[in-house]
Amino acid sequence: MKARIVVGAHYGLKDWLAQRVTAVVMAIYTLVIAFAFMAGVGDSYENWHVFMSNSFVRFLSFLFILSLCFHAWIGVRDIWMDYVKPTSVRLTLHVVTILALVGCAGWAVQVLWRL
Amino acid sequence: MTETVKQRPKFLALHEIRLPIAGFVSILHRVSGAGLFLLLPWLIYLFELSLKSPDTFVSFQSYVAHPLVKLILLGLIWAFLHHFCAGIRFLLLDLHIGVEKQPSANSAKAVLAVSLALTLIVAIKFLGVL
Repeated sequence: MKARIVVGAHYGLKDWLAQRVTAVVMAIYTLVIAFAFMAGVGDSYENWHVFMSNSFVRFLSFLFILSLCFHAWIGVRDIWMDYVKPTSVRLTLHVVTILALVGCAGWAVQVLWRL
Repeated sequence: MTETVKQRPKFLALHEIRLPIAGFVSILHRVSGAGLFLLLPWLIYLFELSLKSPDTFVSFQSYVAHPLVKLILLGLIWAFLHHFCAGIRFLLLDLHIGVEKQPSANSAKAVLAVSLALTLIVAIKFLGVL
């Protein structure tokens, strides 16, 4: 495999774009959920459960969870890159962050699908 | 690094740095994002409680009624709303909308006003605060 180029023009473009695309996906989902709540979806366990078990809502929620984890990865990675200069510490934090996010994604998806 | 590298100026007295309003909104965007990330496992736990069974839903309701839990949730609600509104502002700036000095300051103030107002509304409607 050809060596990754980590400097210069267009470096970071994919992540920059991904962060914005995932943001838009999550923003749309947020509005959908906000409207649902205003329509009384959270008023009782039955309403809430039926709503979240709906196939289309599960589909959207799944996309939200994946978007959230990637969006959070880029954001938190940027924080480590800005403030943590020692490379070994920073890379360790990267690994911990990824593990935490992957774990959270799996857990949240499992909550969605065990309904 | 060679010995001849000059020490760069460093000023980290955060309470003395006067950040422009846009900078203030921006650092809060980062702080709110970090806060949401750190408490994400707890939020997923609440999500699970609310959906697992009618019994856990009742536990969820009584858990969330606790004042300390409400306080933390209020903080997270603010964090999410600020991050959301500041994020929209950033997306508009990416499209070169509002990049001049005065419009940028105005949109930063609008982000603060809208996010705080929404936080108050959500707190009253859903947390039963006030």
